[in-house]
Amino acid sequence: MSEKVLMKGNEALAEAAIQAGCRLFFGYPITPQTELSAYMSKKMPKIGGLFLQAESELAAINMVLGASAAGKRAMTSSSSPGISLKSEGISYIAGSDVPAVIINVQRGGPGLGSIQPSQADYWQATKATGHGDFQLIVLAPSTVQEMADFVGQAFDLGDKYRMPVMILSDGMLGQMMEPVSFPDKGEPVIPERPWAASGHGGKRPHNIVNSLYIEAKDLEKTVVERFKKYEIIKKEEQRAESYLTEDAEIVIVAYGASSRVARSAVNSARAEGIKVGLVRPITLWPFPTDAIEATVPTAKKYLTVEMSMGQMVDDVKLVVNGRKPVSFFGRTGGIIPTPGEILEEIKKLNGKEA
Amino acid sequence: MKIISNRISIICGHYGTGKTNLAVNLARDHARQGEKVTIVDMDIVNPYFRTSDYRKILEDEGIEVIAPVFGATNLDLPSLPAAMYLAFEKEGTVIFDLGGDDVGSTVMGRFREKLNGKDYEMLYVINKYRDLDCDPTETAEILKEIEAVTKLKATGIINNSNLMYETTLEHIEKGMEYARKTASLLGLPVVATVMRRDIASDYKADTAETGEIIPVDIIAGPSF
Repeated sequence: MSEKVLMKGNEALAEAAIQAGCRLFFGYPITPQTELSAYMSKKMPKIGGLFLQAESELAAINMVLGASAAGKRAMTSSSSPGISLKSEGISYIAGSDVPAVIINVQRGGPGLGSIQPSQADYWQATKATGHGDFQLIVLAPSTVQEMADFVGQAFDLGDKYRMPVMILSDGMLGQMMEPVSFPDKGEPVIPERPWAASGHGGKRPHNIVNSLYIEAKDLEKTVVERFKKYEIIKKEEQRAESYLTEDAEIVIVAYGASSRVARSAVNSARAEGIKVGLVRPITLWPFPTDAIEATVPTAKKYLTVEMSMGQMVDDVKLVVNGRKPVSFFGRTGGIIPTPGEILEEIKKLNGKEA
Repeated sequence: MKIISNRISIICGHYGTGKTNLAVNLARDHARQGEKVTIVDMDIVNPYFRTSDYRKILEDEGIEVIAPVFGATNLDLPSLPAAMYLAFEKEGTVIFDLGGDDVGSTVMGRFREKLNGKDYEMLYVINKYRDLDCDPTETAEILKEIEAVTKLKATGIINNSNLMYETTLEHIEKGMEYARKTASLLGLPVVATVMRRDIASDYKADTAETGEIIPVDIIAGPSF
């Protein structure tokens, strides 16, 4: 690993993409992801890469589709309203079975909302980033180091499954600074893309990258095949961190920035003798059902903490399936809950019988 | 000579080098020594973790805070308050915390003439651990860009090389070497070296090399 440096989360995302062999970045400005694009604009020209500020979010995401279809690692980044604009293109990328990495540094919504951190795009990322039957793999970092680590993993997952991967971050993680290190620089291993429309040189039939199907039965067959792949991903790619859950009677489920606050509250509650633990989903899709299921035997109650009005809590309820009560605490609109607020919620639950 | 006492101090640097944390700490230290202190948040670029976010901590110490009206709100509006003009006329210690790089420092250029005939210092904050390539040449280059837009010459370098909570004495030593190289490229003195308070308390400084030692607490950034 390289010597540690201090980086903003947004810069770490950008540097990690470059180190993963991404040389094509297409973006459109928006707060609070700005430093990512700024980093790319300074660094890409120096290493023979391309930073392109497109005329719109729609243009940027379609450039990613084009670059990826031509066999190159490509990335775009935005924040909530910009992701809504990109969602049509993301659907096309999914429908074309090409890999791509999309970064969402979430801010408050709906609409123009706020430029402060938020987690209110969970439903969008995991259930409906655009039209049609499809999924993205969604990774949720909670530290600047994870911002760096997950980008390379996102590119690799995208290549492995030929599908778009989103890193669902938020303004706080994007803007905050922490020490971070990168793997020792070597040439990144980028898998072959024999399906890419990168020129057949007269030696093979031409490849077509496309999401349009003339016959409905062909589209159905393709979508069904894609969903078989999703089943494999659900089995193979779930990731979560479990913290002090072995004997936990109250299990908090939180990801990203809110998991940092929740962890701090868990530590305070443990110091007061309350048996509380944290499950932190790292993959939001596939949702880490196994890690939550593992806590059901000891858990008496669940508390989901999010910077939204409650979105991931639905997925927690689907896993717990009525066996234990699941409650929710959140702040929204760009407000980050405090460790004290979460500790209060834990104490309330601890005082109440199930 | 003790830096930033009863005068105008302008703190500039690459963004993320720790300007705001330093400015907030310095303001607090000087206020606690009984000085009248004004801190001016001139950052109209950065949306989060800015001097005005710590307004309450500062005002509780009797420090006057002058900040962009819409700083830290949802209005990405680069407007400056009239009070910023008055900052140049204040008695006591006045600390200007500029935004990062040339882009963030541009605001100061607007006020250049207000400094005519005034005793001021412009301190360039550097942090070796903000530079992935660890290249003093590039660090020196950033100051040239800042000087071009502020129309001011830096008077000294503040070595703020740190890894936040992970800083060790070894980092401080390596940071000194980086500061020395940058200072020699720029022909400027290292007027101070910043250290987390717990490190500074045991540190045997050769002040000819480090300049004044400034102990700081980590105030800027999230607490979890």
